[in-house]
Amino acid sequence: MVNIKINGIECSVPEGSTILEAARLAGIRIPTLCYLKDINAIGACRICVVEVKGARSLVAACVYPVNEGMEIFTNTPKVINSRRTTLELILSNHKKECLSCVRSGNCELQALCNEYGVEENFYEGENPAVEIDDSAVHMSRDNSKCILCRRCVAACSVTQGIGVIGANERGFATQIASAFDMPLADTACVSCGQCITACPTGALTEKDDTQKVLDAIADPDKFVVVQAAPAVRASLGEAFGLPIGTNVEGKMIAAMRRLGFDKVFDTNFSADLTIMEEAAEFIDRVQNGGKLPMITSCSPGWIRYCENYFPDFIPNLSTCKSPQQMFGSVLKTYYAQKMGINPDNIVSVSVMPCTAKKYEIGRDDQSAAGVPDLDISITTRELARMIKKAGIMFNDLPDEVCDSPLGTGTGAAVIFGATGGVMEAALRTAVWTLTGKPDSTPIEFKEVRGVEGIKEATYNVNGMDVKVAIASGLANAKALLKKVRAGEADYQFIEIMACPGGCVNGGGQVIQPGYVRNFTDIRAERAKVLYGLDEANTMRCSHENPDIQTLYKEFLGEPNSHKAHDILHTSYKARPDLYR
Amino acid sequence: MIKTIDELNAVKEKSAEVVKTRIEGVDNGVRDVLVCGGTGCTSSGSANIIKKLEEELEKNGLTDKVNVIKTGCFGLCALGPIMIVYPEGTFYSKMEVDHIPEIVESHLKNGVPVKKYLYAETVDGDNIKSLNETAFYAKQHRVALRNCGVISPEHVEEYIARDGYQALYKVLTTMSPDDVINTMIASGLRGRGGGGFPTGLKWKFAKASVNEQKYVCCNADEGDPGAFMDRSVLEGDPHSVIEAMAIAGYAIGANQGYIYVRAEYPVAIERLEIAIKQAEEIGMLGDDIFGTGFSFRLGLRLGAGAFVCGEETALMTSIEGNRGEPRPRPPFPAVKGLFGKPTILNNVETYANVCQIILNGPEWFAAMGTEKSKGTKVFALGGKIHNTGLVEVPMGTTLREVIEEIGGGIPNGKKFKAAQTGGPSGGCIPPQYLDIPIDYDNLISIGSMMGSGGLIVMDEDNCMVDIAKFFLDFTVDESCGKCTPCRIGTKRLYEILTKITQGKATMEDLDKMEKLCYYIKENALCGLGQTAPNPVLSTLRYFKDEYIAHVKDKRCPAGVCKDLLQIRIDPEKCKGCSLCSKKCPVGAISGEIRSPFTIDQSKCIKCGVCMSNCKFGAISKA
Amino acid sequence: MAFKKSAVPFAGTAEQKERLMAVIAEHKDDKGALMPILQKAQEIYGYLPIEVQQMIADAMEISLEKVYGVVTFYAQFSINPKGKYKISVCLGTACYVKGSGDIYNKLMEKLGISGGEITPDGKFSLDACRCIGACGLAPVLTVNEDVYGRLTVDDVDKILEKYN
Repeated sequence: MVNIKINGIECSVPEGSTILEAARLAGIRIPTLCYLKDINAIGACRICVVEVKGARSLVAACVYPVNEGMEIFTNTPKVINSRRTTLELILSNHKKECLSCVRSGNCELQALCNEYGVEENFYEGENPAVEIDDSAVHMSRDNSKCILCRRCVAACSVTQGIGVIGANERGFATQIASAFDMPLADTACVSCGQCITACPTGALTEKDDTQKVLDAIADPDKFVVVQAAPAVRASLGEAFGLPIGTNVEGKMIAAMRRLGFDKVFDTNFSADLTIMEEAAEFIDRVQNGGKLPMITSCSPGWIRYCENYFPDFIPNLSTCKSPQQMFGSVLKTYYAQKMGINPDNIVSVSVMPCTAKKYEIGRDDQSAAGVPDLDISITTRELARMIKKAGIMFNDLPDEVCDSPLGTGTGAAVIFGATGGVMEAALRTAVWTLTGKPDSTPIEFKEVRGVEGIKEATYNVNGMDVKVAIASGLANAKALLKKVRAGEADYQFIEIMACPGGCVNGGGQVIQPGYVRNFTDIRAERAKVLYGLDEANTMRCSHENPDIQTLYKEFLGEPNSHKAHDILHTSYKARPDLYR
Repeated sequence: MIKTIDELNAVKEKSAEVVKTRIEGVDNGVRDVLVCGGTGCTSSGSANIIKKLEEELEKNGLTDKVNVIKTGCFGLCALGPIMIVYPEGTFYSKMEVDHIPEIVESHLKNGVPVKKYLYAETVDGDNIKSLNETAFYAKQHRVALRNCGVISPEHVEEYIARDGYQALYKVLTTMSPDDVINTMIASGLRGRGGGGFPTGLKWKFAKASVNEQKYVCCNADEGDPGAFMDRSVLEGDPHSVIEAMAIAGYAIGANQGYIYVRAEYPVAIERLEIAIKQAEEIGMLGDDIFGTGFSFRLGLRLGAGAFVCGEETALMTSIEGNRGEPRPRPPFPAVKGLFGKPTILNNVETYANVCQIILNGPEWFAAMGTEKSKGTKVFALGGKIHNTGLVEVPMGTTLREVIEEIGGGIPNGKKFKAAQTGGPSGGCIPPQYLDIPIDYDNLISIGSMMGSGGLIVMDEDNCMVDIAKFFLDFTVDESCGKCTPCRIGTKRLYEILTKITQGKATMEDLDKMEKLCYYIKENALCGLGQTAPNPVLSTLRYFKDEYIAHVKDKRCPAGVCKDLLQIRIDPEKCKGCSLCSKKCPVGAISGEIRSPFTIDQSKCIKCGVCMSNCKFGAISKA
Repeated sequence: MAFKKSAVPFAGTAEQKERLMAVIAEHKDDKGALMPILQKAQEIYGYLPIEVQQMIADAMEISLEKVYGVVTFYAQFSINPKGKYKISVCLGTACYVKGSGDIYNKLMEKLGISGGEITPDGKFSLDACRCIGACGLAPVLTVNEDVYGRLTVDDVDKILEKYN
């Protein structure tokens, strides 16, 4: 511990703390813009400057370590004036359409400008002309709102190990873009959206598809069905002021119903279905000498990454469609038949914690009924926007449950939203299948839980050692795959999620500002919601889901049957024509 | 391979004979002709001079009697190409190829110098002075430049003849790393790159960092526009830097060094490549130097045109293969530098002093200079001055001595207005400080800084607002763009300055500009940003009246700022010949023949064609 | 964003590629090899078009954007081809105070291009540079390897004529 003084108050903080961390321990929030814990400590924006006794100039609290006897002043007129000037300079180069900006109210720059009482047009001058890049299906970039904090660059290159965006040119001409300013759609971007959740302003935003949903609902000829992914219920409440880690499953369902969807179902249903197929596929590969390790295929960001960067692992990918797509397939085949609805008139909508899902719905080989399995995919954020716009008092809503039959899910399904969850769910069912003794099934595989980037475990199943690994965040996936490729690891089953921590921290989730992310592990807080729901569920294994059992009985036959393959499985291909 | 001091001394004795004629003026019947091969003289054609010289010597059968040596910079770039003939030490300036046959015939064959081609100041009736007696050289004291223009930089033997690699031997065999560091501390040597941080302390911190791998770096990314000291050392005496880096490596415990040199310096790069190769061949770089077990290797890395890479952390980021963006400090390079390892970075001129300090002792060095700034400093004199070139003077010499005595004053009878030191990080020094002794602290106290040593002289025709704008333009262009204060702040500063030069600014703008300057100084991430406002602040401090003239009177007193210029016809002098109105490209001039013409200011584009065509000097701008 | 791919079709030869690959093989394991490789690549091709940058990125197993970010940071790297005659006007302080700005403007006017551009016939390209260290000759410009010093605006025509 080192002893320091902050604003005259003595305190003792762990050695190696930055001034930012030390101040937080002393109950002082120093503002930040560019700083993101673990990935972006670059001291660039200078909003966190403080005075340190004896220092020649102001220092950046986010990167400056404390030392014994240090005297820090976070609130002097010099500090406050400097921060205000920094904000005013940023504003002089910022498109100020704050009234209508999608991030209004959730913009870190706006919040600080308000706190510091800046004069909006104090500095004026040249602003570089920028074009909005809306080439990608999942997002757009408006550099006129970019403050060059580079958090997106860190998310793309550090967290995800991809780096299709970065800083180009220099000085005042510096822009965040892809090489040669090429459209994002021409790059090997995997659509994970981690850059969007890292962005403090409205420069990076998901493509808003809410109008399409509203139009569909308003069309009397359309039968509009919605599903929501497990992780959505763990984050949506944050958009309505609820604490991080609040379960809003019931209110979410109630809200979607009030928005006018004809049926409110649950992706949990198809998550269970995914497990049935994936566990069967895994057992088949193990027993019949199929390609191992088998790697999960739920995360479309990961699928894109595999196709773009590790095409040699395509044979390892499970051929199972993702839960979102399986839901759509079943909806437009089985459900449509059962209810006597023309699949052409069904509009299949999903609410996802994910931006890559917007890309996934347009993939090849995802049209079980001859029409796309999914029509519109919106993010958690877009759903929140729809709820607000519709005037629904979210926090006052009663808890409701989903419609039947595609609304039932087990505890195994809901943990899909956290890293390790798919693995655990699959293990639950695989062990049951292999041992054939339901009573001996260990429900919980705690070794695969937790926010660490790479996890490993070995389980003895029916006398056979099953080695599994879990990676979340693509930089971690890259490290893991390189090990496998080099023959340094012999896993049989790998779960990979594109986003660190899994879907709870997906690129479509409610955006938490830097000052929250830097001091709270939102991945862990949201995951707790899902594990809580799992524990509270009377059904903990996918094969126990009665509606899934009926589906197989009435329609699909066995897991991995020919029909199941036609409807629930897909294919992949390398994409050498993209710029990496 | 040289492994012992005896072997080194054997080379020294043998090559001492070779350089004797030049160094001691010993006449042994063979003449040395030194032709400057520095960038300045190369640009003015010294390569052709050498070629012609060799041809003529061949023709006259003099190849045994005359050695032609291509050296580094002599310093007097304005007079290039330069040629000196030893043992007499006669100094030929502004050489032309056509002069060669006569000089060979008369001087080199028959011993009669050709006076008309000699530098005028060295000719005093029948008496011919040597270069060292000229005003330009007399006041100089050459430590860092001691070998520049004296030896051939492409022959390591000549360096050895001048005590080369003796310091490395001394250090490796008789001194501990702490001894070396204490010697550097005792000498008082401070970084010559601009900041003036004590070199010995820097080494001490790096030595204290425990790590298997450490690095020694040399900053040769001399980016100040108008400064070329480092280039001259590298071109004229590359081994002095190599030897010093090996010594630094020994002191801090590093076995690898990198020299980061501007790609714009092809001559320096070539000489360095040759020198590194020669040092490797004789065993002064590589494994087990002098059989002591100490190993040291050097790599060359080229910059690619980014001024900010002169900042230490940016330089390291650049060597690592990244955008040359500075990193926050701490951690300081001495703890975590290049590739995350403890690193020291010194600039070329700093290294050029090291061997002399080792050989002559720290007291010798500390005896030169002022209380807090020891030794000498090399300046690149440029701008409105007679003797543009390179000068090395003891710290504490006054600006007046440098400008008026060494530099020969300002041409065309113009009045001195300011001296700019420190490049884009420095400031403009007004006439009232001409007598201040130059050292680190004095320059800072008057709002400028030492910088790497560019010294640009400005006269009454230079507009100080325009100069500030010039430097800000430079900074805006060279800002890396990482931090807000520099990226946006300097741009806005530049825009305010532009408004001023266009006559569109208000007094509030001046105030706003000054506040922005102080903000940038306090808040920028690196030294480039923190010092970027200095050219504005120092001109505001000393030449505020000029700013006010632009703002209030919409007038540029020096007649530089085009938007504020008015070209006028003096009716007294105008004869009404109409030539100006015929030449005017926009038809702005009209009048009746034989009576004074007038200019329609709303049409005038200030191209100046009328002025240059007027035969009566009736048209002027103001 | 406008894709900044050069309008001039890439005309790299197999021989050039072989040289580039040899350079990469030589430097690949050096620490911080990207800059030296880019410098050599520019020597080989004369500029650094997307095709060359992608080859380097692939061979070094880094992203194209990383390469491009470095290329656009440094003034000496060019993503566009240069003219047969590369004119470079020194705008360092010593040259500037002696009027090199006017010379630069005159060249832009005579060539009908801005700094950083190339004439449509591919003959001349014009750039401003910082100090080349020939301050004694200020103001200075260079055409390829030739240095012209102590210039006035009136010298511009004569110099250009030499290369026409």
